[in-house]
Order: sequence, then C-alpha cells, then structure tokens
Amino acid sequence: MLRRSIFPTRALSRSYATTTHPHALVFLEHRQGVLDSGSLSALTAAEQLGGKVTGLVVGAPEHVQGVVEKARKLKGLTSILHSASSQYAEPLPETVSPLLEKLLSGSTPFTHIVSSTSSFAKSLLPRVAAKLDVPSVSDVTSVAHDASSNSTTFTRPIYAGNAIATVRAPSSIPLKFFTVRGTAFTAAQAQDSSQAEASSIEPVEVSDSPTEHIKSTFTKSDRPDLGVAGRVVSGGRALKNAETFASTLYPLADALGAAVGASRAAVDAGYADNSLQVGQTGKVVAPELYMAVGISGAIQHLAGMKDSKLIVAINKDPDAPIFQVADIGLQADLFEAVPELVEKLKA
Amino acid sequence: MRPSAVRLLNILVPVKRAVDYSVKIRVNPQQTGVDLNVKHSMNPFDEIGVEEAVRLRERHKDQVKSIKAVTIGPPKAIEILRSALAMGADSSIHVEIPENSPALEPLAVAKTLREIIKRQKEGVDVVILGKQAIDDDLGVTGQMLAGLLGWSQATFASKVEIDHAKKEALVTREIDGGGEEVRCRLPVIITTDLR
Repeated sequence: MLRRSIFPTRALSRSYATTTHPHALVFLEHRQGVLDSGSLSALTAAEQLGGKVTGLVVGAPEHVQGVVEKARKLKGLTSILHSASSQYAEPLPETVSPLLEKLLSGSTPFTHIVSSTSSFAKSLLPRVAAKLDVPSVSDVTSVAHDASSNSTTFTRPIYAGNAIATVRAPSSIPLKFFTVRGTAFTAAQAQDSSQAEASSIEPVEVSDSPTEHIKSTFTKSDRPDLGVAGRVVSGGRALKNAETFASTLYPLADALGAAVGASRAAVDAGYADNSLQVGQTGKVVAPELYMAVGISGAIQHLAGMKDSKLIVAINKDPDAPIFQVADIGLQADLFEAVPELVEKLKA
Repeated sequence: MRPSAVRLLNILVPVKRAVDYSVKIRVNPQQTGVDLNVKHSMNPFDEIGVEEAVRLRERHKDQVKSIKAVTIGPPKAIEILRSALAMGADSSIHVEIPENSPALEPLAVAKTLREIIKRQKEGVDVVILGKQAIDDDLGVTGQMLAGLLGWSQATFASKVEIDHAKKEALVTREIDGGGEEVRCRLPVIITTDLR
C-alpha cells in the first residue's frame, strides 16, 4: 500500500466546530430519464462518509422533473437540488461549472463533492475544483471520513492498478472533490416511498460560453452497455481485422447476452471502436463473467477487468499472462474454439 | 486577452516524465512509494499530444508559429524535452524541481502552467496535454488548467481541426458510449485520447 498525503495549497478561511459532520453533494447524471448507475455508486460512496447527502440533478426542463421523482426514492439521499435550463440539455463543463461554483462558494453547507467517473463528470469536477482552489481525487475505490479530525481517507489505483495508493485529504481542504470507481461501490437502491425533499435552484446561465456542443453520436447497439453489463466478451489483436472481430465474437456475445469489449491493441488496430476498450485508459469493468478471447493479458488490460467475478480466457499461447488471472483457461485456437462454444451454447 | 487581428497559432504541449509503461512496478518496503529506479519515458498520452501538434502544423503550415514543449520535473526530465524536440517541437521549457521531490499534484502543475502561459509574450492559443498520466492515473490536470484560465476545454479528444480564420477548434471527443463534437473558441485546452 502506498501512502501519500494531499497537502493544501491555500487554506480558505472557515471556522469549524470541534466536529464537522460531512454533507456531500452528489452529481446525479441521467440519460433519457434514467439515472446512470455510476451515479448510484457515487451515492453509495457519499453515504459512507457518514453525514447528509444531497443529490444534484441538472438537465433540460422537460427531463428534470421525471428524474427528480425517481431520485427522491433513492435510499441514502437526504435531499435533492435540481436546476433546469435548455443550456443543460447538452451539458458542457463550461455551462454547468458556474452553477456548482455558486453552490459551493461562500458559506456553503457542503463538505464533499462526489460523482462517478463518467466522461462528463470527469471533465466537470476538476474544472470546478481548480476554480475553488482545491484538489480533486480520481477513481476512488474506498472512502472513510473521520469526523473528529474532519479528514477523509481514500484508496485509489495507480500505475494501471498495480499499486493502491492511500491518500488523505485533511481538514485544511474545506471542499473535498472525488470521483468514484463504479465497480467498487454497489449502486444505491430505490425504495417504495419518496424520502428526499426536492428543491429547485435557479440555473446559472452562461451568456457567452466559449464551447458549443454540436452533436453526439452513440454507437447503436442492442447489446448491453459495456460499463454495466453482467457479462462481457472481449477480443484482442488475434482477431485479425474488424470483420473477423465482429463475425467471431458477436455470435458468442449474443449467445451469452453479453456486451462486447476489446483490448487496446484491437482498438488501435481498428478492429473495434474506442468505446469498447477495456483497460487502464479505457473502461474499467467488473462483470459476473469476463471472457478474454485472443487477448494476451498485458498489465494495462488487466487493470480494466481483473475484478471480474469469473474470468475465462481463450488463447493459443499457453504462456499468455491472461492465464495468470483467468479462473478458467482454454489453450486453443480461438477460431476453432469460439464457433464450437457458440454451437454448444445454442444447443 | 489578445488583439483580435488574426495571428499565428502558438501551441503549448505540456509533457510528463513517467515510469515507462512496460516496467513492472514495485512498491518499496516502507510502502511510501514505488521504486523509481527504473526506466522512465514520456507519458504515452503526452506523446500523442506532441504528435498532434506536429500534425496540426503539417496541415496548417505557416499558420502555426510555434510548438513549445514544457515539463515540470527533476533534472532528468530534460530527456523527454529532447524527445519532444526530436518529434518536431520548436523549443522547450524545463521547470526544474529538485531530484527526489515528492510527486507533484495536478493543481500545482496547473497553476505552474497557467503562470507559464501568462508569461508567453506572444500568447498561447492551443494547449494539448495527455488525458491522464500512466503513473498516477488522475486525469485532471487539463480540466484544472482550463478552470484556472476560464478557457474552453475539450477532453478525451480523438480528432482536432482548427479553423484559423474563425479562431475555433472543432474537436471530436470520446465519451461513454460514443463520440461528441464540440466547437471551441480559441484559446482552448485539449486533452488527448487515442487516435
């Protein structure tokens, strides 16, 4: 375990009572009326701080109310703040940051700001943190708050998960920003009755944003989303080309109801879209079943999947590092083994 | 910030010296850190940043006035500045910190970069950094710098096009589940993803 302390750059002037109970602000993201499961994991992490938890929902006027109604039922939320604006329909860090700055400036009740490691949250939180002159801790796998010293200790992976760093944000950091690794915290559950009180806050409109959203293109798929799928079938560079990648793996993924992933080598070589990359610099997944097909098992790939519950590897090379982490390994030519497996699964 | 007359682009590429991606790292017995007596090299995502700056120059030719690489690191970090120059950067800045200094935190790096940018007499139009360093895997420096400067930011960029006349960058970004296109008014902070 690596120990490291985060030192404050400048102490803001705030006076504390002897013990400060935390009050976390959790950024709850949503798409098409559904709350992101990563945000639900962030909520669980925020609860573990031991104090109040307020959810923040921003979005277009036509979406916010529906999302807030769902969020009110979440276990662990004390209250919800929501803000609607057409500017938040396609949110950008530049347009959402001012709202967060307003909520967190001056005599704010909040002590912690929490989000998932979604692309938007990762882009937003550090921008806000820097404007407020505080650090931000990324991708935490555990969180523990000590109310008497008003310090929060986190663990997080470094060096592609080959080491775990334990870092502490002391009381001199008045606002503690952190993003949460979704696979490390179970998603908060909804209960039958609505508990949390919701209040709306005025959006902070940005009149002349330097950045403009033009369009978003989502890779259409009937398959489960890689980030949250219970089963994943992943392919590596052995899959020859994009057509072979698809024709070999997709039937297997379909037979298993699995999402499709890829190693960085496969993505770099153009066999699969970037959004399918699993690894240190891609997505981190921890499904019930992870099948690595034609993947050697480089450290950077393992970083993205080694917490999977059951790891199965198919590789021609008996010395491939993937077999070190695999629970079940098949040394075979994948072009023979995978079709045979698909046949047996369909039977 | 600068007079509105169309002028040539100045690109700043911050780069970090990090443990090489192929090294099998070991935590030291006191558990205070990782054994750093191993091979180091330029953070791979920063390399992509340097490449992209050079490619922008190839596409825009005389409109790119300068590509400056900068690193904040111990004396040995000069090696990666040399690599950046060899890859096509015109000049480099080394903010030297003592050997065996504790690891720098992103907010400190961002503040230092902000100062450097302020001191560039000819201004900076585009800052291209890697999306994350493969040692601490924090991935926040670019966003922090954008916040400190109040500039436009485009993280996880896979494609960058600059419209010099309009002083805009059209950036395609990798986001969860797909891609996003944003138009950024210069000056802009771009963090690189795979290309």
